Amino acid sequence: MIMTSGLGKTFPNGAEAVRGVDLAVEAGEIVALLGPNGAGKTTTMRMLTTLLRPTVGTATVAGHDLLADPRGVRRRIGYVSQGGGIGPADLVGEELELHALLYGMRPAEARERVAETLERFGLAHLAGLPGGALSGGQRRRFDLAFGLVHGPSLLFLDEPTTGLDPQSRADLWNHLRRLRQERGLTVLLTTHYLDEADALADRLVVIDHGAVIAEGTPAEVKGGAATLDEAFLALTGRSLRDGGGDGEDGEDGGGADRGGGGGGADDTGASGAARETAGRRGAE
Amino acid sequence: MNGVVRQSWLVLRHTTRVALRQKTGLVFGALQPLLYLVLFGPLFATVGTWEVLVPGLLAQLGLFSAGLAGFGIVFDARSGVLERLRVTPAHRVALLLGRVLGSSLTLLLQSAALVAVGYALGLRAPLPGVLAGLVLMALLGVGLAALSNAIALTMNPDLFAPVMSTVVVPLTLLSGAFLPMSMAPAWLDALSRATPFRYVVEAVRDLFAGRYLTPAVAAGVAVTAVLTVACTVIGTRVFDRANA
Repeated sequence: MIMTSGLGKTFPNGAEAVRGVDLAVEAGEIVALLGPNGAGKTTTMRMLTTLLRPTVGTATVAGHDLLADPRGVRRRIGYVSQGGGIGPADLVGEELELHALLYGMRPAEARERVAETLERFGLAHLAGLPGGALSGGQRRRFDLAFGLVHGPSLLFLDEPTTGLDPQSRADLWNHLRRLRQERGLTVLLTTHYLDEADALADRLVVIDHGAVIAEGTPAEVKGGAATLDEAFLALTGRSLRDGGGDGEDGEDGGGADRGGGGGGADDTGASGAARETAGRRGAE
Repeated sequence: MNGVVRQSWLVLRHTTRVALRQKTGLVFGALQPLLYLVLFGPLFATVGTWEVLVPGLLAQLGLFSAGLAGFGIVFDARSGVLERLRVTPAHRVALLLGRVLGSSLTLLLQSAALVAVGYALGLRAPLPGVLAGLVLMALLGVGLAALSNAIALTMNPDLFAPVMSTVVVPLTLLSGAFLPMSMAPAWLDALSRATPFRYVVEAVRDLFAGRYLTPAVAAGVAVTAVLTVACTVIGTRVFDRANA
């Protein structure tokens, strides 16, 4: 489903965010990109979703060449960014319908798919609300609805549960497991929560300083270590847990590519408050 | 068929729906020219005519409404909406065009309202002239909105609002919106000739006076057409590039 070879990104300012990543993700797998802040996770994700052009390397994503046929890639994938994509004044149901129509669906088909997707995530009663009126967990489920309304075979999730309360996290994980089970959905997600990677992913890819430093099932990555935390500390010399609280804002790419990267760092309101919660949890 | 035209239409319909829902935005965008019309117009009418003033205020409206259209894209970039749309297979040109056409349609509605209020106060321009003037304004609106979006995507988003709302003031003054530039000292007149909006204002003044085939109209149409095409090309380039 994803096959990359030497994929890398050097920003115009000379910062080498990702240096030669080789990645292979099979259909139906859930794979987690794991790494400390600024490791290159988000940049990798943004390259694979056609938002950022790689400076080196090649990749095939969902059956299409990333560089030669980016629109072909976009047609087949779903992407949920760190900050999500819901404006505070936008009526979520209306936005979701436009989103579906932009994938080429006929109006009737789009309405049907929107209704079905809202139903799946238990959001039907919230469709008439503006984004600003949603709770953190509701927003995240809507973000997921945007990523899935067109029925992609591959879903990219950037820090899907950062800032969510434990119940919303568990709920989101269940949705993902069910989608994989029912539709064979392939998922590539980034996270800096080890428990999330452990609970959800079939395979982990550990990234640090823009390169893959370890890869395998959670058990394999753990190796002799008692916990994933210890294994991580041994691999990177850093603990994810220490810096894990509000990890997203420093992440590469966001600053150098301000066109769209702002979502993660700049948003306000509900998710800002949610992020504080995450910070506190991280500090415990 | 999921081409540029269909996608532009979808985005246009969506932005228009949103704009019509936020009626305060629609009114506030047109508020400055309307205030000039009501509070300065009667004064101006003692020395000049409504047919001279209203075209000037239309240019002011164009600059303040479509010229500041980039505000919207700053918000959408911040909230992640823009990025979400960029990951759909929609042509990026369509994402920009739909937006820009929406801004132009907003400008057209505001312009029509301004002319209507002008009529109530004493404007007596022939209908064909008014319609031609509005078409020219809508065209100008496309170019201005495209340029505004391009600037918004290139510039530090925090600076966009203060810089752009300052820039439109001299552009409005230099267009001769409030008093014809024929009354200006030579240096100011020359400076004004270097800005495009003067030609648009003069063309619309002729149209409002019922003079359709004049050099000023030809110049105004030509400048508007070139400006619109150039700005749209720049806009699409920037929009396409902004995220690879």
